[in-house]
Amino acid sequence: MTPTPPPGEPAGHRRTALTIAPADLPMHAEALLEKGYRVALVSGHDDGDRLRAVYLFTAGYPDRRVELHVPLDRADPRVPSLAALSFPSGRFEREMRDLYGIVPEDHPLPRRLVRHFHWPQGWYPMLDDAGEPPAFGDVDGPYPFRTVEGPGVYEIPVGPVHAGMIGPGHFRFSVVGETILNLKARLWFVHRGVEKLFQGRRPHEAVELAERISGDTSVGHALAFCLAVEDALGLPVPPAEQRIRAVLLELERLYNHITDIGALCNDVGYGILNTQAQRVRERLLRLNATVTGHRLLRGAIRPGGTRVRTRPEVAELTAIAMDADEIVGLALDNGVVRDRFAGTAVLTARQAEDLGALGYVARASGLAVDARWTHPFVDRGPQLTVHTHETGDVLARFLVRAQEIPTAVAVIAELLDNEDLTSPFDGARPAEAGEVASGVGIAEAWRGTIVHRVEIGRDGTLRRVKVVDPSFVNWPALPVALADTIVPDFPLTNKSFNLSYAGNDL
Amino acid sequence: MNVVTPVAQVLVVAGGSPLLVGVMRQVRARLEGRAGPGVGQPWRDLRKLLRKEPITPRGTSEVFRLAPLVLAATTLVAAAASPFLATTSALDPIADLFAVVAVLTLGAVVLALAGLDTGTAFGGMGASREMTITALVEPTLLMATFALSVRVGSTNLGAITTATLHDPGRVLSPVSLLAVVALAVAVIAETGRLPVDNPSTHLELTMVHEAMILEYAGPDLALVEWASAMRLTVFLGLLATLFAPFGIAVTASPSALALAAAAFALKVTVLGVALAVAEVFLAKLRLFRVPELLAGSFLLGLLAVAASFFLA
Repeated sequence: MTPTPPPGEPAGHRRTALTIAPADLPMHAEALLEKGYRVALVSGHDDGDRLRAVYLFTAGYPDRRVELHVPLDRADPRVPSLAALSFPSGRFEREMRDLYGIVPEDHPLPRRLVRHFHWPQGWYPMLDDAGEPPAFGDVDGPYPFRTVEGPGVYEIPVGPVHAGMIGPGHFRFSVVGETILNLKARLWFVHRGVEKLFQGRRPHEAVELAERISGDTSVGHALAFCLAVEDALGLPVPPAEQRIRAVLLELERLYNHITDIGALCNDVGYGILNTQAQRVRERLLRLNATVTGHRLLRGAIRPGGTRVRTRPEVAELTAIAMDADEIVGLALDNGVVRDRFAGTAVLTARQAEDLGALGYVARASGLAVDARWTHPFVDRGPQLTVHTHETGDVLARFLVRAQEIPTAVAVIAELLDNEDLTSPFDGARPAEAGEVASGVGIAEAWRGTIVHRVEIGRDGTLRRVKVVDPSFVNWPALPVALADTIVPDFPLTNKSFNLSYAGNDL
Repeated sequence: MNVVTPVAQVLVVAGGSPLLVGVMRQVRARLEGRAGPGVGQPWRDLRKLLRKEPITPRGTSEVFRLAPLVLAATTLVAAAASPFLATTSALDPIADLFAVVAVLTLGAVVLALAGLDTGTAFGGMGASREMTITALVEPTLLMATFALSVRVGSTNLGAITTATLHDPGRVLSPVSLLAVVALAVAVIAETGRLPVDNPSTHLELTMVHEAMILEYAGPDLALVEWASAMRLTVFLGLLATLFAPFGIAVTASPSALALAAAAFALKVTVLGVALAVAEVFLAKLRLFRVPELLAGSFLLGLLAVAASFFLA
């Protein structure tokens, strides 16, 4: 493929920007989507006298990023909906309407998404003049669940408070006997206003916040945030420190994947493998603590560099990977475990593609989606392979994780060893002229592709930070995969997706 | 009239069953590489729950309130009537296998009714699953019972036990072996152990037994937990008594009863530990596979009955 040059003016690392009128948006979007771009991020902006919607499209091979800026009238902000062109953009538009009051016209599902039912009507928290949150109460009309009718159909409401240590989510199952006909997941019970908290901070003071967007993805979010800040400010990062960042990213993948493998075994009642997986996880967390001084790898990545105490011992990691491999082997050798995993909650490749699924969910359904390939911040070595499976069931999601463990160890060894791997990042360049500098950071965290987009004002403070966790994109895939699955298999399926509540509900 | 034996049996089962659960959890913990909370933890949990205030959900009826009592009472009746410690008992006339199985089933049914009475989705779901499993388990229990009673010519537990005590060789007969496997699977299903139900799960959507009792709290929950532990003990005790009646007293002298109590504790503990060890290596079956397992155990029961006629 010889890509035609992307439209617009150069705006940052492999990124161009184009300012267009709202009416032209569908035409531009369609042209980009046809060229293989995906909608990576849509964010609202409050520019004072007017509002602005920014659509970020990304594509790989080679890494390309195109932004469409749509200035909007503050009194009547409206954009044509792209929901018919891209499912994720339909979700982003609903989020943008809830937070900024920017109305997507002709949206097929013009309902609340991010703001919970009891939030006051007409109050948009991300606008600069929004002020303190008003009291709950002014209920925005009824917000019913879709009722499924027929002989023997009944509903099971679950949550938002669960029996175990799980994030708050309400699940409404419509069931015949034990078979799920329809599942509606209603999330967003604990909106924290994370994106608003970023505003006004200096970038190096905001890394702590980025690390806490989703606790189990500290490295992923901190890295995406720092890459975005470096893109905006033109900060160079020494190649050796970029490589250490990639190492930390793989360390985070390791401890989370082994946790999930144990949890999946636990959910089918095979507790012994969970305790063994917890043991391996603990070894990894202690290793993390020796490397960065923090068990969850916090405090190492900073704008412009990375600071670690020691480099991880490859021999120890190899031993851990073999330990994990034994656990995986024992799980797969158990006929009942295999029976519970295989064929459960299938997400087809077509469904995953239509939903724009990311991370291991997409890879388990046969899509080779991996930002380490499409948007590398460190040159890719030969060890980095993308593991995909075709079946899209719980077993496939289990196997993708299992196979990514030895690959992560091999990649770490290669990164620590190979001085030739440098960063494709442009390096130092003068900061953009104009009132604000913008930057985009993309990182393949353990759950999938994280995208951050920052705008930094002349005074050096953050004006706007938009965060996209892969969970936001992947949550709609869960009910789709669960159609015709039985109720007792829901917890297992949910664990195989293991989506973040916190990363989704900012 | 020998009332000492039933009283002793009730005391042993009531006092010992939480310890049995404690031993099983401890064995499992140690095999999984955990320290475990100790054998006395179930008793400590019961003490904690009994001190809490009684509380019942709004809208529940007397069915919900009485179910723990009925569950405990039926289990205690079964514990008193079965010839766990001695074959000479005042309750011997009612120690009929059918009667004991029916009394134990009554407890399960009452608990299912209590689950329905809460009006929650989980209670109904648990009750529906429990009844599905019970309906499949009962035929197996009856088949295995037939197989054991054919040779003795009586369904009286005392008579079957006495016959086995006089002729220990029959324990190794094909009839007996087929029946013991069938009964063991039925017992595992009836007491909610792996691979049918996971007693240690916190996932409300996968629960069977736990889903029915989700709304219980405080002393009521203590009673349910205690009764569940006693049911486990009674079922394992029946298995031990029918297939390994060794050590059961034929007289009612205190020393013989004490010896029998020790033998009973040993047998039930061995069975409980074996179950706990097996559970470490088992995963939970998909709900729709459970009927296949139970159908298999029913078939074994049927074969046991057939064998009892052809190989007699």
